[in-house]
Amino acid sequence: MQKLIFPALLSLLAATILQPAPASAAETGKQAFESECSACHLAYDPGFLPQRSWRAILGDLPNHFGEDASLDEATLKQIESYVLANAADANGRNPYWLRRIPADKVPLRITELPWFWNEHGNRLRAWARSKKAVGSISNCEACHRGAGRGRFEDD
Amino acid sequence: MNRTMHRIMPALVLGALALGQPLSADPARDAIINQLKAEAGVSSFSAERGKQFFHARHSGGKPQTPSCATCHTSDPRNSGQTRVGKVIEPMAVSRNPSRFTDPKKVAKWFRRNCRSVLGRECSAREKGDFLTYLSNL
Ligand code: HEC
Ligand code: HEC
Ligand code: HEC
Repeated sequence: MQKLIFPALLSLLAATILQPAPASAAETGKQAFESECSACHLAYDPGFLPQRSWRAILGDLPNHFGEDASLDEATLKQIESYVLANAADANGRNPYWLRRIPADKVPLRITELPWFWNEHGNRLRAWARSKKAVGSISNCEACHRGAGRGRFEDD
Repeated sequence: MNRTMHRIMPALVLGALALGQPLSADPARDAIINQLKAEAGVSSFSAERGKQFFHARHSGGKPQTPSCATCHTSDPRNSGQTRVGKVIEPMAVSRNPSRFTDPKKVAKWFRRNCRSVLGRECSAREKGDFLTYLSNL
């Protein structure tokens, strides 16, 4: 009997412990972003683009770079609040690379930013497209294995 | 077995059963398919039609994604790939038993992928045929 009861007890205990604690709004937004925006590519760090870019991207998810990435309103709102709070120019920040982009321009891609072109030129892009396992220069993780954790300098 | 054990035993069994539930995922998938039958007003779906739908090159959608097979590959027992190179786990239930067991997830991706591939929502019959094909592969 002991043999049967013990796993049952353990599983009951696990079920109690694993009950998710109620999450804060910021935490909910982060979780929604990380699960929804990582389905087709890695979840790009919000700090790569300014708020106006994220507004434009999140405002047109049904026409997302040639795909429908639409979400329900509630999830979209959660994601928006997280992304805007962590954008490149959130909290009055003004990084030097952002100053090279005219204020009336709304970049929709990280991979079209001037600093990104400096690091990733035409030859690297062509190579990325030609490799099936990479597919696209937007597939950061294929070359930067730490990209999911925000690390790019390790290779 | 002492008396305390007697008293908590039913709770333990229930707890273990509740935890076992997500592993035997069939009831959830059956419920999704039955719901689609009701919507389509039919009593059964066709795996053969689902197969044709999966592999067909459709028109009306976005040029980058002419077919379900574009991302889910021409053999859905294999892993697929998104356009950004991310791996998609196999769609065939025989290879991936957790497929089509979360109604919200299923509805979200039918909406998105049907619009991308066909430029419209799929009908209940198309969805049912598709799920029937992949559940019996
Ligand atoms: C249905 C698939 C899908 C989902 C879901 C999705 N995306 Fe994308 N996303 C794409 C595709 C396809 C591209 C284009 C990549 C390419 O050109 O190789 C892209 C590109 C992007 C880019 C530009 C990348 C670059 O080249 O600099 C950003 C930023 C982006 N997505 C943000 C998001 C956010 C935020 C979400 C969550 C709300 C999201 N995506 C969800 C498919 C998706
Ligand atoms: C095809 C391979 C490839 C892909 C895909 C790629 N990169 Fe890079 N990346 C490189 C190379 C090569 C360098 C230059 C060498 C270096 O500094 O590590 C670089 C440099 C960088 C740097 C500067 C690192 C430093 O320390 O100076 C950043 C940041 C970066 N990439 C971010 C990204 C992001 C974000 C993406 C996805 C949107 C991406 N990369 C996609 C290959 C790639
Ligand atoms: C552009 C790439 C792409 C195309 C084309 C595509 N899908 Fe998908 N599909 C995905 C991705 C990414 C997921 C989510 C990842 C996952 O579930 O592993 C997904 C998931 C799904 C799911 C949910 C699976 C589940 O476990 O519940 C269904 C249903 C689905 N797709 C149906 C279709 C149908 C029908 C077509 C053709 C009309 C199609 N897909 C075409 C990329 C695609």
